Parts: sequence; C-alpha cells; structure tokens
Amino acid sequence: MLQIKNLHASINSKEILKGLSLEINEGEVHAIMGPNGSGKSTLAAVLAGREIFEVTQGEVIYYGKNLFEMKPEDRARAGIFLGFQYPIEIPGVSMVNFMRAAVNEQRKYKGLTPLSSSDFLKLMREKKELVEIDSKLTNRSVNEGFSGGEKKKNEIFQMAMLEPKLAILDETDSGLDIDALRIVANGVNKLKRKDNASIVITHYQRLLDYIVPDFVHVLYKGRIVKSAGKELAFELEEKGYDWIKKEIGEE
Amino acid sequence: MNNELIARYKENENFLKDESSDLMNSVREKAFQQFQKLGLPDKNGEDYRYIELEKLFQGNFSSAFKPQKLSVDFSSLFQCNVPDLDSYIVLLVNGWYYYQNIKLDLPDGVLIGSLREMAKKHPDIFEKYYSKAASYYEDGLVALNTAYAQDGLFIYVPQNVVIEKPVQVINILVHDGDFMLQQRNLICCEENSNAKIVICDHTLTPFKFLNNSVTEVFVENNANLSIFNIQDQNNSSVHINAVHAKTKQNGVFTSNTASLHGGTIRNNFIATMEGANAEVNISGIYLMDRKQHIDNFTFVDHAVPDCVSNQLFKGILDDEATGAFNGRILVRKDAQRTNAFQRNNNVLMSDNARMASKPQLEIYADDVKCSHGATSGHINEDALFYLRSRGISEKEARLMIMLAFANEVIAKIDFAPLRERIEELVDKRLRGELSRCTNCVVNCG
Repeated sequence: MLQIKNLHASINSKEILKGLSLEINEGEVHAIMGPNGSGKSTLAAVLAGREIFEVTQGEVIYYGKNLFEMKPEDRARAGIFLGFQYPIEIPGVSMVNFMRAAVNEQRKYKGLTPLSSSDFLKLMREKKELVEIDSKLTNRSVNEGFSGGEKKKNEIFQMAMLEPKLAILDETDSGLDIDALRIVANGVNKLKRKDNASIVITHYQRLLDYIVPDFVHVLYKGRIVKSAGKELAFELEEKGYDWIKKEIGEE
Repeated sequence: MNNELIARYKENENFLKDESSDLMNSVREKAFQQFQKLGLPDKNGEDYRYIELEKLFQGNFSSAFKPQKLSVDFSSLFQCNVPDLDSYIVLLVNGWYYYQNIKLDLPDGVLIGSLREMAKKHPDIFEKYYSKAASYYEDGLVALNTAYAQDGLFIYVPQNVVIEKPVQVINILVHDGDFMLQQRNLICCEENSNAKIVICDHTLTPFKFLNNSVTEVFVENNANLSIFNIQDQNNSSVHINAVHAKTKQNGVFTSNTASLHGGTIRNNFIATMEGANAEVNISGIYLMDRKQHIDNFTFVDHAVPDCVSNQLFKGILDDEATGAFNGRILVRKDAQRTNAFQRNNNVLMSDNARMASKPQLEIYADDVKCSHGATSGHINEDALFYLRSRGISEKEARLMIMLAFANEVIAKIDFAPLRERIEELVDKRLRGELSRCTNCVVNCG
C-alpha cells in the first residue's frame, strides 16, 4: 500500500526527517513511537501534504503512485486520512456542511453520485453511534468550543465517515482521559478491515493497550532506528528511550 | 472643486427651488451658506483620511434638476438582486421617485412616496423631521446634499402601525454619461410602529455615477425599524451613503449593509440614542476587489443612560482593493449603564489589498460595559489545510472559510427570505460570478 523510501524533509531549512524508510501493507497496524522532537508529527504532516514542509530527498509510493505529485485533497480522496494532534477550530463552517462536502468529494473521486440528504444524515447517525460522539457536537461549527477530548472524538468520527484506506493518527491519545481514550480506541478498532491500515503515532504505550499494533517502530532523530512486534512498546514503557540511544551507539 | 460646486448651485438655483416646498428651500439656502464655509471634507481631518473626495468629485457630470421621464421598463424591476420578495416595491431613478410607481395598498396612514411631493402635502411632518437628524452645520457633505436636495424616498409610519411586508426600494442609476446626484431620503417611524426596508442600489450603465446621498431616520418611542441595504454598483461609481438616525426611548434601529460591488463606497452611519433603553445595531459585510474602495464610518452616540449598541463590520479584500473602517462610540457623562460593542474583522486575500481600521471608544460615564476591536489578516492556512485534508479542494475550502467569515454578519438579518438571498449573492460574489448586477437585463460590463 505505502512505501516510504529514504525520506528527508525539512522546515525552514532545518532537516527533521533524515532518511526514513517504512513499508505498510493492507491489514496492518503500525505504531510509531519516539521521544519529543524525533519527527513523528512531521512524518504525519508530510504524508498528508502539509506544504510548509519541504521534501528534499526520497520518495513515497502510495498504491503505485508518487504521493508527492498529489495535492492534499487528492490524497484524502484516495483514502489517506490524518487525525490531527491539534484539530483546527473553524467558526461558521458547520460540521454537517463540512462532512457533506468531504464525503461527496470522495464519492466524486470514485465516480459515485453525491449522497442524497436523507442518506447522508443516515450515515451521520450511524457513525455518530459508532464513535459515541454527542449529537450536539455535529450540529455545531467544526471543532468550535469543543473540549480536547471532543476534538479527538470528532477526528475519529470524521475518519468513520470517510472510511480511509490509510489512517494516520497523530497523537490521538494526547490529552484524553481514560474513558475518552477507550472510546477513541474502540472507534479505531471497529473501523479496522482487512484492506485498510493505520499508522498510530504516540508518545506513550497507554494507547497500545487498546489498539494492538502489528509493528512498533521507534523514530529517533528523523529515522526509524528500531522495529519490532508489539512487545517493543512494553519495553519502551519500562525502560524509556535511553537504552535505544545506547543501542544505536549514542551516549 | 468647492468653487465649481458653488457655481453649479448658483447656475441651477431656480431649477433646484422650483416646485420644492418652502421649508426645503429655506433650509436649502442656509445649507448652501454653510457649504460655502465648510466645503468638502479634506484628507487632513481624521474622518476622511482614506478617501479623496476632491478627486472623486472631479469630472464632467450631468445632473437632472428636473424629474426625468425615463422609460424604465417596470418589469426589469423583478430582475433586481432580490427578485420575488413579497414586498411593497418602489423605484427611484437617478434619485427621483419614479413617476410610474404602482400605487401601493398600504396600511392606514402609512405614507410612501416622493420626498418633494410629500414635503408639500405634509408640511407638519417635514417641520418636525426634515434636516433634524443630519446636521449641515458641521458636515460639508450633508450641507452639499441639503443645498442640492430635490427628491428621494419618503416613508412615514404612523403610531401603532406595523408594516408586515418589507418595503423594497430599488435605486436605479441610468444615464449615457457621467452623472452626479444628491439624493435625499427621510424615514420616520412614529411611536410603537414597526417597519422593515430593503434598499437595493444598482447602476444600469457603465458611467461614473456620483451619488452624495443623505438618509434621515427617526425611530420614536418603542418603534422598531430595520434597514437592509444591498450595494451593487459599477466599478466607476462613487456612492457616499450617509445615514443619520435618531432613536428614542425603547426604540430599536437596525442597519445591515451588504456592499457587494462598487467603485468607491463611503458609508457614514451616524446614530444617536436620545431615549433610555434605545438599541442601535449597525453591521456591514463588504467584498471588494480590483481597485475598489470601501470606507465605513460610524459614530454611535450614547447621549442618555441604559442604551445598547452593537457594531459589526467584516470585509474581504482582494486584488488591489482598499478599505477603511473608522468607528467611534461616544458614551456621554450621563449615559450610565451603557452597553456598547464594536468589532471590525478583515481578511486580505492578496498582498496588495490594504485595510486601515480604527475602532474608537470615548467614555465619560463610569458605569458602562464597552468593547472594541479590529483584526486584519490573511486566510487561516491551518483551517485551509484541515479542510483540504478531508478531500475538499483548495478553492472550495477557501470559499467555505470566507462564507463562514461573512456569515456572522449575514446571520444578523432577521428576515429569512432576504438573508438566504444575500447568502446566495455573497457566495456568487466570492466565486467571482457576480460580475455586477447579475440579474440585470442591461449588460453594461
């Protein structure tokens, strides 16, 4: 599905990603962990097409296509979804209009006709139940006045509406209490299929109690320095990141 | 320029006075005297810093000092920007009340008609109101208008009368060359009355129309008046739109202006609260591009205690468009327990668009609640990316954000059919589809 090869990316001439490689296949859940400033969020933003980052080297192939030749909206239509670490408030744009536009853009891309109003509202209802999001929230402007937890739930709700092939969840667990964490994780688990994949970016192992990854990668100084199965997450939780630094010959 | 305006007055004095009421003519003479002292406001004063009146008044203008018998097809009315509104429609052509307006079936006592004719028929009303809100002593533009004023719109709503349907006023400017006019309107709402007025400003030919208009508004005790204005004129037009309103005890005056298109638009909103518990709401949305200029000026005067005022002006400027907002709230010494709010927000879509914003509060009372603020900035890139990351195209995402921005002003229009129509017009304007007078039959570029 996705091949990342020797990816280098910088912001304001400062290199953040320094030769990152990773392969993701359908049906897999990958966790990316790493200390602050290691480049986790940069990776997510580059994959989603955030233009403030400059890709200086390497390539990313998504279903045979060069990802960097696709605009952010085309990536989204082709099934890439970014769950934002800090979802943006957009006063005046209603959740309903926002989601209707997004769903119909995706349908257009697939050659489908726009959903009728009643079918769209039915879809909204189903997905709201799935992610246990309060109905009132979807009657408001996008993220406006939402609490931290509500914003994160809203990301999962949008993910449920758009049914992405590849979901990239950037620190979706940060700022969540244990109930919200459970709901968010449940949503992600329910949306898992044989033909889609997720990249779960997290600082703590806590989320991985709920979302069980097939692979855990450690990102450090812009590169993946260690990859293993889910047991790696427990090891990191226990020992912190220092032993990794030692293992790769630092300190 | 002042000399030319003075000479022009003298040359045409007989025409100006002919068939005008004695009252209008006696005020006219005093205003003319005053204009000779004041002249046009210049750029040295704070109030007209961003607009070059001297330059705007230059040109070889025709004027119509007599009512014109223009054959405007009445059916073209319904191709105005707000067609199919269930309203009382009246048409003014080049500032004159159109002589073939259909007779309206109005509630008892309501008067709608030509200012000049009504001044002769109802001298009592004019004695009480004419030139009582817009002072020609201090304001050169008001003095100029009052000196030249011959006709315009007159609306009178007597005590305890509610006009259910809105009055829709269509101002049409049409001439085969540059044209200057000084339209004068008078709107009086007596105690306990209630009215809504929709004003649509159009130009039908691509010439420079210079309209120095003055509208006097009186909202008496417990009366409620809303004026919704849609400004949609050509790129050469200059519209100086001065609204001078007095609101009495428990009266509510609301003004909502959508400036969609025009060469230069200057709106002066001068609102005085003269009775306790009066409420004044003044808002505007403006969408300017190319070399257009918008200048919104407000002066909200809390002269008595316990009044409320709200001002919200929001604008989107593209290309080389320029704008200014100069808003002033005055809370006088006795105006305790005043609530006065003012905000101006702008989005600049290009590096060459410019906006000067100056919100001002002047408070002499000590028990008040006031706020003011202004912002100018570019579109929020984070919001844009967020929408795009869900599959919405950049163009559509920009539109959604701008519409949402504009919608805060439009949402204040408490009259659904008009609100929906203005939403549609703003959407079209932002999509670049409202080149001008979209629904107009005359395609004048």
